[in-house]
Amino acid sequence: MGKPTPGAIDCDIHPALPGTDALLPYLDDYWREHVLMRGLQRDNYNARAFPPNAPINARPDWRPAKGFPGSDLSTLQTQALDAFQTRYAICNVLHGAPAIFSEDLSAAFCRAINDWVKAEWLDRDPRLRASIVVPMHSPELAAQEVERCAADPRFVQVLVWEMTEIPLGRRMYWPLWRAAERLDLPVGIHAGSSFRHPPTNLGWPSYYLEDYVSWSTGFTGVLNSLISEGVFVEFPRLKVVLMESGVTWLPAWMWRANKTWRAVRAEVPWLDKSPAEYAREHVRLTIQPFDAPPKAEQLLRIIEEIDCEDMLLFSTDYPHWHFDGDNALPDGLPDALIRKILVDNPLKTYSRLQA
Amino acid sequence: MNIAVADRQPDTARQTDLGIVDCDVHPYTKTPADLDQFLSERWRKHRASIGARSRGPFANAPNYPRMSPGVGMRMDAWPPGGGHPGSDLAMMREQLLDAFNVSHGMMMPLLGRGGDERNVEFGAALATAANDWEAQVWCDAEPRLKAAIQITTEYTEAAIKEIEKRAGDRRFTHVMIPPRGLEPLGRRRYWPILEACAANGFPIALHLGGTSGHPSTGGGWPSFYHEEHPSYPQSKEALVTSLVTEGVFEHIPNLRVALVEGGFAWLPSLGWRLDKHYLRLRDEVPHLKMLPSEYIRQNIWVTTQPIEEPERPEDILATCEWIGWDRIMFSTDYPHWDQDDPRYAFKVRIPEKEKQMLFRDNAVAFYNLD
Repeated sequence: MGKPTPGAIDCDIHPALPGTDALLPYLDDYWREHVLMRGLQRDNYNARAFPPNAPINARPDWRPAKGFPGSDLSTLQTQALDAFQTRYAICNVLHGAPAIFSEDLSAAFCRAINDWVKAEWLDRDPRLRASIVVPMHSPELAAQEVERCAADPRFVQVLVWEMTEIPLGRRMYWPLWRAAERLDLPVGIHAGSSFRHPPTNLGWPSYYLEDYVSWSTGFTGVLNSLISEGVFVEFPRLKVVLMESGVTWLPAWMWRANKTWRAVRAEVPWLDKSPAEYAREHVRLTIQPFDAPPKAEQLLRIIEEIDCEDMLLFSTDYPHWHFDGDNALPDGLPDALIRKILVDNPLKTYSRLQA
Repeated sequence: MNIAVADRQPDTARQTDLGIVDCDVHPYTKTPADLDQFLSERWRKHRASIGARSRGPFANAPNYPRMSPGVGMRMDAWPPGGGHPGSDLAMMREQLLDAFNVSHGMMMPLLGRGGDERNVEFGAALATAANDWEAQVWCDAEPRLKAAIQITTEYTEAAIKEIEKRAGDRRFTHVMIPPRGLEPLGRRRYWPILEACAANGFPIALHLGGTSGHPSTGGGWPSFYHEEHPSYPQSKEALVTSLVTEGVFEHIPNLRVALVEGGFAWLPSLGWRLDKHYLRLRDEVPHLKMLPSEYIRQNIWVTTQPIEEPERPEDILATCEWIGWDRIMFSTDYPHWDQDDPRYAFKVRIPEKEKQMLFRDNAVAFYNLD
């Protein structure tokens, strides 16, 4: 029996697009005709990073008889919202639209997904909030989409994937981060890749297990990029949320990043504090999956090493399969920290939830 | 840069009385031409005309310029008589072997770079030349130094031939493979090479490096050495993941692997992560018969440098405990800028028994040293 979570804010759930044809009503005339002409509505643009039939990507009791896991509102209401009695849950659609190579087609699909989320999810349950899906390989078009969606306060975050074509800290991305900061939108960086490159710097692994394990490693590269380039110097109010990262890799990254910074900081003179300090101030992490050590005292040591009560945010990662029953919180977390994880930290991170 | 700062007392004056094994020492040539005597006329001409061709933009410089001359050398390691740091045996004795009472220095030469060469015939010739140079120029003059067998992983037959040729020569103690090759090292195409290492009794030292042509992060090429330097643990994590997941240690249970110059504090969390998600996805990898963390515990060793420095120094002891003190081996990385000094690398006192293991006994057993 898990710890109770009533009133919690679930920062990572995954409604699924039932199929590309579901977007047709949300495309403008040009793009609808374009899609129909090419027959794209018949293709499946699900993200390679999250194959829906892999066991890890849907809990057995959350897997519907037909359709993709997470594609049905009433099922999601029962299994995710009612079961955990969440006050809000943030929808992160992991469709492949942001990875489409044509920036224009990618932007058209992302616009349609955001309008679909609004009409078919947010309008139908007041507990739902959503992240803005963007054509992430075009920061310019992505910033335009953020501006367009931000007028609706139920969009609380910008969603990108951790592995893109060029690292997310690069200055090319700054127009997007500038828009996010100005509009009080944290940037949610979700596990996964658009596979412009192999997910590891050794090349292409053989197994999905390796791809999945590589997500945590990838996040260390994202943090190195965001911090080194000075994103948090340029955008001091910006928050990023690492979603589905595994969490326990964080202390070792802090120690290494701090050590390198102390020696190599002449290369990045705009940094006026250590990488770990930037992380504690600007970086948040959702807690599922939590790559927990076998022993409770090891977990407590990891929490002490992270040394920041503000960083962790509650998530179920519905419908992905990381825990059974209602045991959504890793065993052995201190009660005071749990309260912050469930409510206080999400509210502080997502200022739009307080509106 | 390279200003000596003694902000604390050495852990103990007796630290180096043990006769330590340094698992990462870099010898260099005085001039690139030093290798020529070990190359045939055909490859000497090739080297002079075409030269090395790896998978990066610059003819003779790394992708990420270092912060000190000579591709990141210690400023005080330039020999007064000229030549590159690490090229002068007298100076290496003075600064490393004698200074720290090193009984065995495990050489990891970063020249020749046969493994990076796109022309694999040339790569194999360079590897063989570098191996002859190590044995004749270094080991014969200084028996405390132990030679690596460099190979070209993209040329299986030549690699196996080179490993077999050096078997039985006690100057050679390990096979050195740069992990950033064309594909993750666990892939089946590399198994014949890994089998040859085990069959000939050589452990494998996986020193960071290689020019795969793949970006240093899954999200593309970073801008700074400030990002490249901490990407070395990312290589190592992918390497452990590949070797374990492909079933290399199921297929070659007696293969022993050392991860060199990647630090080690990331390893416990990687083991927890592999175990957790393996249990969900085990149908994909039915060739695994144990938990991933059990293969790690059985077949993988780590070297310390550049040692992670926790904000609470004592946390490093817990990390060592979680990995297993018998799997951690000390290394300096002499003469690089980020070299660890055995007297100061650990900022906490290590219990005597564990100190003996980490600074000496583990490596003596791993490398089968006399």
